[in-house]
Amino acid sequence: MAEREPTTGAAPAPSDDIWTKCPSCKEMAFRKEVERNLNVCPKCGYHFRVTVAQRLSLGVDRGTWRELMAEMAIGDPLGFVDSKPYPARLEQARASSGRNDAVVVGIGKIENQPVAIGVMDFEFMGGSMGVVVGEKLARLFDIARERKIPVIVFVASGGARMQEGALSLMQMAKVSAAIARFRDARLPYISVLCDPTTGGVAASFAMLGDLNISEPGALIGFAGRRVTEQTSNQQLPDDFQRAEFLLAHGMIDAIVPRHQMRFTLARILTMLTRPRGNRGAGPVASKGKGKRSGEVS
Amino acid sequence: MKGNSNGHKARGAKSRAIDIATAQPPGPEPPSAIERVRLARHPSRPQTLDYIDLLMRDFIEIHGDRRFADDAAIVAGLAYFGRRAVAVVGHQRGRSTTERIKRNFGKPLPEGYRKAARVYELAERFGLPIITLIDTQGGESGVGAEERGQIEAIARNLDLMARLTVPTVACVIGEGGSGGALALGVANVVLMQENACYSVITPEGCAAILWRAGGEENVAAAAAALKLSAPDLLELGLIDEIVPEPAGGAHTAPAEAAHLVGAALARHLERLVKLKPGELRKARERKFAAMGSRYLTRVSAESDRSID
Ligand SMILES: [Zn+2]
Repeated sequence: MAEREPTTGAAPAPSDDIWTKCPSCKEMAFRKEVERNLNVCPKCGYHFRVTVAQRLSLGVDRGTWRELMAEMAIGDPLGFVDSKPYPARLEQARASSGRNDAVVVGIGKIENQPVAIGVMDFEFMGGSMGVVVGEKLARLFDIARERKIPVIVFVASGGARMQEGALSLMQMAKVSAAIARFRDARLPYISVLCDPTTGGVAASFAMLGDLNISEPGALIGFAGRRVTEQTSNQQLPDDFQRAEFLLAHGMIDAIVPRHQMRFTLARILTMLTRPRGNRGAGPVASKGKGKRSGEVS
Repeated sequence: MKGNSNGHKARGAKSRAIDIATAQPPGPEPPSAIERVRLARHPSRPQTLDYIDLLMRDFIEIHGDRRFADDAAIVAGLAYFGRRAVAVVGHQRGRSTTERIKRNFGKPLPEGYRKAARVYELAERFGLPIITLIDTQGGESGVGAEERGQIEAIARNLDLMARLTVPTVACVIGEGGSGGALALGVANVVLMQENACYSVITPEGCAAILWRAGGEENVAAAAAALKLSAPDLLELGLIDEIVPEPAGGAHTAPAEAAHLVGAALARHLERLVKLKPGELRKARERKFAAMGSRYLTRVSAESDRSID
C-alpha cells in the first residue's frame, strides 16, 4: 500500500537451531523452551511470530477445526512480471507453505464455542491480500452470518498484494462490506492484530472489529516506518506503530499476551453472545464440560 | 445534456453541449500507462473544486471532523447538481505552491476521512445522493496521521460507504491512489475519466519495492505492470464506465471535460434515484462482492455465498 517498505519478515519465528536468540533482550534460550512458552521469550516476554498451524493449535479446541475453501486459488489476472513473474512467486510460496494463498479460514471451537476463524499467513508473500484473501474472508463472514456464529480474524499482513493491482485494493471494500452485513446481524467480530498488520489490510477489516485487540509489540500502521521518517523529517519514537503506541493513542481496545489470548477471546464472546446468566462463571460452565477458562493447552 | 432522455440538466455547465458518443480519444495511439499517469497528474488538470464550480451551484462547503481539525486535502459540502441537492466530497490537490502545501498535495489526513464520513452520514440522514471525486496519490505518511489513526479512519469509511442507502456515484478525476482513494470509492457506480489512474500503489512506490530501484524506466515499467489505466480497470471489472476527455487531456479544455463528467454523473444518478434504499445497498454490496471473483479457480460449491 501507500509507499510501503518491502516486508522482509525481520522478526522470524525461532529457527531449527537448538538455541534461539531473542531479538529483544538478546538472551539465548533453548528453542524448545521458547516453543513450550508459546513462542514467547521466557526472559523478556518478546512475542515471536507464529505459523498458522501454531496459531490454530494455540487458539482452537483440539479436534474441532474444519478448514473451508482451502482449494481456492488465483491465476495471474494482470500478467504481472517484476524481477519474477507472479505465477512463479505464487508457486514458490505455495510450495513452501503447502497452501494456495495467504489466509486459512474455517470453523472451530474456542473453549467449546463455535467460531468462524481466519488466520493470515505472513510467510505467504508477506500475508498480502489479493482476491483469494478478500474472497475467503468475505465468504467466511457470510457463512458465519448464516450460521449465527462469531468471527475472529488473526491478522498478519504487509497490506494489499501489488501483483494483483487494483483487484487487491478492491478486496478492502469487499471484506468491509461483508463485515457490515455481518455486524448488522448483531454477531460479534473480534480482530486480533498480530505482528505485522500494515497497509490496506490494517486500513480495512483489521480495524473493523467490535473489538480490536493486539498481541504485545505488534507493528500496526498504514505507511512504512522509513517512508514516514523521511516524510516527517523527525526522529520517530521507539514504539512508533507498535501495539503499545496505538493503545496509548486510543486506537485499539487492548493488548493481550499470547498466554491469555484464548481465554480472553472466549470470555469476550461469552459476554457478547450470552450476556445474561453467566456472571462469575467461565465461558463453558453452563455446558459443564470442556476446559476451564484460562487453561491453555 | 444531449442523449439524456430524462431531461436532467447540469445547469452550471458552462461548456457547449458535446455528445459523449462523438467524443474522440486523444490521437490515434492510446497513451502508454506512464503517459496516462502524467496526464492524471498534470498541474493544469481540473480538480474537485473546478468541477464543483463548473457543474454545481449554491455550493456550501462543510469543514472539520469535530474531533481534531479541518483537513484541506478533502473538500466536502452540499450543492445543487441540476435540480437535485447532493452531497459532494472530493480530494483537492491544490494548484499554486502555497495551496498545494496547505492541501498536503491532496493526501488526506485522518481528519479528512472523518469529515467525509460526517458528510456521508448527513446525506444518509436526509436522503441526499452523494457524488465523490477521487484525486489523490494516497494516504499520508506522517507521524500525526498514524497517531490519529488513519487506518481506523479509512476502514470506517469503507464500512460506512458500504452500508449507505442513498445513491452514490464516484468518479476518478486524476489519480486514484490506494486506501486514500478507496475511502471515497465504495460507490454504486464508479466512473473513471479516460486518462485517470486507479491503483493499489503509486508506480514510484511499486518500483521502489518490487524493482528495488526508482528511475524513470522502472517507474514506467511498474505503471504498465499495475494495469492502472481506465481501460484496464474496465477490463478487470472494477469500474463501470470510462468518461471521455477532450483530445489531449482534461487540462486542454476544462469546461468540456467537466461537461462530459457532468453528463455521466447525471445519467447514473437519475437511474439510481429510482431504486429503493435497500436495493441501493444490496446492489453496491453485490458489485464489490464480485470484484476479482472471475479470476478465481477451484471454488467449491460448499463456499457458495448469498447476499440477501
Ligand atoms: Zn527476550
